[in-house]
Amino acid sequence: METILSGDYPRSRLLTALLGLLLAVLAAAPFLFDGAQAINTAAKICVFVVLVASYDLLLGYTGIVSFAHTMFYGLGGYGVGLALYSWGPSWGAVAGGLALALAAGVLLALGIGLFSLRVRAIFFAMITLAVASAFAVLAAQLSDVTGGEDGRSFRVPELLRPGFRLVAEPVLGTTINGRVVTYYIVFASALLLFLAALRVVNSPFGRVLQAIRENEFRAEALGYRTVCYRTAANCLAAGMAVLAGALNALWLRYTGPETTLSFTIMLDILLMVVIGGMGTLYGAAIGASLLILAQSYLQKLMAVAAQATEGLPLLPQLLHPDRWLLWLGVLFVTSVYFFPSGIVGRLRAASR
Amino acid sequence: MAEALLTLEGVHTHIGQYHILQGVDLTVPRGGLTVLLGRNGAGKTTTLRTIMGLWKPSRGRVTFAGRDIAGLSTPDIARAGIAYVPEAMGIFSDLTVAENMTLAARRGPPDKARLDWIFAFFPALRRFWSQPAGVLSGGQKQMLAIARAVVEPRALILVDEPTKGIAPAIIDNMIGAFAELKREGTTILLVEQNFRFAAALGDTVAVMDDGRVVHRDRMAALAADEAAQTRLLGLTLDAHQ
Amino acid sequence: MAATSPATTSADSLPEARRDLAPLLVAPVLMVAALPLVGSLPTWVTLTVAGLAMGMMIFVIASGLTLVFGLMDVLNFGHGAFIAVGAYLAMTMLVPLAGWVQADSLWLNLAALALAVAAAGIGTGVLGFAFERVIVMPVYGEHLKQILVTMGGLIVAEQAIHAVWGGDQKAMPLPQALRGAVVFGDVAVEKFRLLAVAVGLLVFAGMQLVLNRTKIGLLIRAGVENGEMVEALGYRIRRLFVGVFVAGSALAGLGGTLWALYRETLTAAIGGEVMVLVFIVIIIGGLGSVGGCFLGALVVALAANYVGYLAPKIALVSNILIMAAILMWRPQGLYLVARR
Repeated sequence: METILSGDYPRSRLLTALLGLLLAVLAAAPFLFDGAQAINTAAKICVFVVLVASYDLLLGYTGIVSFAHTMFYGLGGYGVGLALYSWGPSWGAVAGGLALALAAGVLLALGIGLFSLRVRAIFFAMITLAVASAFAVLAAQLSDVTGGEDGRSFRVPELLRPGFRLVAEPVLGTTINGRVVTYYIVFASALLLFLAALRVVNSPFGRVLQAIRENEFRAEALGYRTVCYRTAANCLAAGMAVLAGALNALWLRYTGPETTLSFTIMLDILLMVVIGGMGTLYGAAIGASLLILAQSYLQKLMAVAAQATEGLPLLPQLLHPDRWLLWLGVLFVTSVYFFPSGIVGRLRAASR
Repeated sequence: MAEALLTLEGVHTHIGQYHILQGVDLTVPRGGLTVLLGRNGAGKTTTLRTIMGLWKPSRGRVTFAGRDIAGLSTPDIARAGIAYVPEAMGIFSDLTVAENMTLAARRGPPDKARLDWIFAFFPALRRFWSQPAGVLSGGQKQMLAIARAVVEPRALILVDEPTKGIAPAIIDNMIGAFAELKREGTTILLVEQNFRFAAALGDTVAVMDDGRVVHRDRMAALAADEAAQTRLLGLTLDAHQ
Repeated sequence: MAATSPATTSADSLPEARRDLAPLLVAPVLMVAALPLVGSLPTWVTLTVAGLAMGMMIFVIASGLTLVFGLMDVLNFGHGAFIAVGAYLAMTMLVPLAGWVQADSLWLNLAALALAVAAAGIGTGVLGFAFERVIVMPVYGEHLKQILVTMGGLIVAEQAIHAVWGGDQKAMPLPQALRGAVVFGDVAVEKFRLLAVAVGLLVFAGMQLVLNRTKIGLLIRAGVENGEMVEALGYRIRRLFVGVFVAGSALAGLGGTLWALYRETLTAAIGGEVMVLVFIVIIIGGLGSVGGCFLGALVVALAANYVGYLAPKIALVSNILIMAAILMWRPQGLYLVARR
């Protein structure tokens, strides 16, 4: 256990229980739930745990704000998706697309880092925002290659298709088809990536990052090249986001700007990190799961509330399900103020 | 001894996690020049910044002209009649010398006679009046910083190491200027490492070490007592004389 | 404001005050270099005027943001909210004024626009005051939280616009007399662009006047360089800052109105769209520098128009490339503002 978790325990009984439950449910999801909706949600949680954990490497552990994380996520999705679309549904295409996307993502992260982190950390937030928006427009405009706003649907390798049967007979009442195989690939990769991230933040490298976050001048004075460390963290986080994007594309068998590049997703990631707890990877897992579950729930609740307040001025508009982003925004601002350590921080404080 | 214009009683100041001032007791008599001596890191600059409200004391009282100013904001402390010349001089290099002086004169355009009085000590300021302050030499910047502090009469002036890295000729000008300010009745609290400069001007002296005032005396008495100098100031004397 | 200046001339030489002129040349060089590439003079004139107009609008929006950063080290990602709210307020104001807008009189048209702009400026000024109090004030000195919280504020404002005005695209009709183009020989220049250039120049000149000729302006410039010293001289920099924040918000409202009129359409996403350009501009200009912001806005807008004509495919990334080029030349932007 010590080695698997890199000595970084949840340090709260309730948190341990929650994480255990999450792991168990995700591990058994294809056997627990019937509908496509539930299994889709489970897969989305797996992908987002990786995506949000990689973002927490930047925001929580390194103390820099990036608005380009969805760009890397999108690179992963488009890399695998477009490779499968144009080279046909083979594992070679998956590997080739992933390798290209990883290389492009890390290079881009390196470039952005060298330009902005060299001068001033605050440049970084602005430059990432500019680059990411240019990338999103580019992806939408180059429709010959990317499919534009519509994106691309593609076929996945045989093993991952719904028609494929790994074993002929159902196991525990569930047919082990290509979708179940895909789910477990996503789940296992997500788990491995999460544990790898845990290893990184508890390594000497991760401790230097946190030292830089706490006191940049002191870290610099101790002889650490802060720019190099931050840039390395940026590349690492970018690479992980590329992988998350690739997993997402394999699961959805589709890639497009809405599911990968939109600013709403960037906002979701920010919210998940902040609500779960900045600077703890467990927070990323909790935040991602909670928010993904809440999103569908919250929108349904708002629909009910909007109907209930029908006829009153402005309230129905504010409670319309399309306005859930408004409330997420309010939640986001208030949690940054009043709840900066997030759920994990609170749980740990309570158990001390 | 004249009545006190400024008194610090048991002042503690923390900067982040560091406990810099650990109970400073200091009295600055009205009308005189008090020199604050001490090793590097003894807390002299922090004492000035605490008086000015740039650091907030965590404990203790700062009384200026009978009024507790420890909780006031920096602008209010300045308006109470205290001027500050920081070690880094705080010159606005993008503004001209004239504009720097205009900002320092809160009540309106700087008084003509007062300017002439200032120019008598610091003639360079008249010469470079409409130049950006950024192009001045280090000594000229220091002149401007002091001139800014005295462009209108102030009850108390805090000056942090004005002689640091300044040519001897200009130091003599400064001695003249400070002597003239004293004659005018301005009280001065001077942080200084240059003992000769301090001895030439000081009426009273306080020596700081480890965030406290460890010795108080008349300047003349300390200047005459070489044993006390060595004991209190150690090597800093040789290094800076 | 000129203080009593002793008339002195002296032989004493000062190390020559070197004015940093190279950044001033970037925009003219770009314009000259584009002429042979574009090939036709009338097209070049049209593109250049379009670029100047766009640049002025971006400058009007960005100037407040860069000053707010310079003065208090506060980077307001929510600045885009003022752009959008200003444009929507102006649109709302223009509805009852439709008669004036459609009248065939330049003066009635301009009066309608002036009222709309006033509504936008006042509304966003008030909003800016509230934004500073509620959102920004609690997170002074914490960049990370500032970025997060002001970004959150932008989202909330954008969604509130959806709730109040509806999410559909709105028309923002140009007043009658400002439609169409003025023709000189074979060069056609759209009238509204000329107006935008005029407004932008007025704002720039006004700002220069305030910054260089008034005590408030001197205090702002001094505060950008060393806020602590401004306080030690006895001035309350907080008030100065709130004033600049409100003025910057009002300018963003004005700029947003111009931008919406330029596009003739309006959606709640307008703030986010423009903010990307605004960030590029203030990075290029050097954070905190009004002059740099002006030059940066011109360079970005001119390049966007030339590249949009010459190679539409790469127009989208041209801004990023320009930013990269300028940061390679000057890592701190065109003008480095001295910091404490």
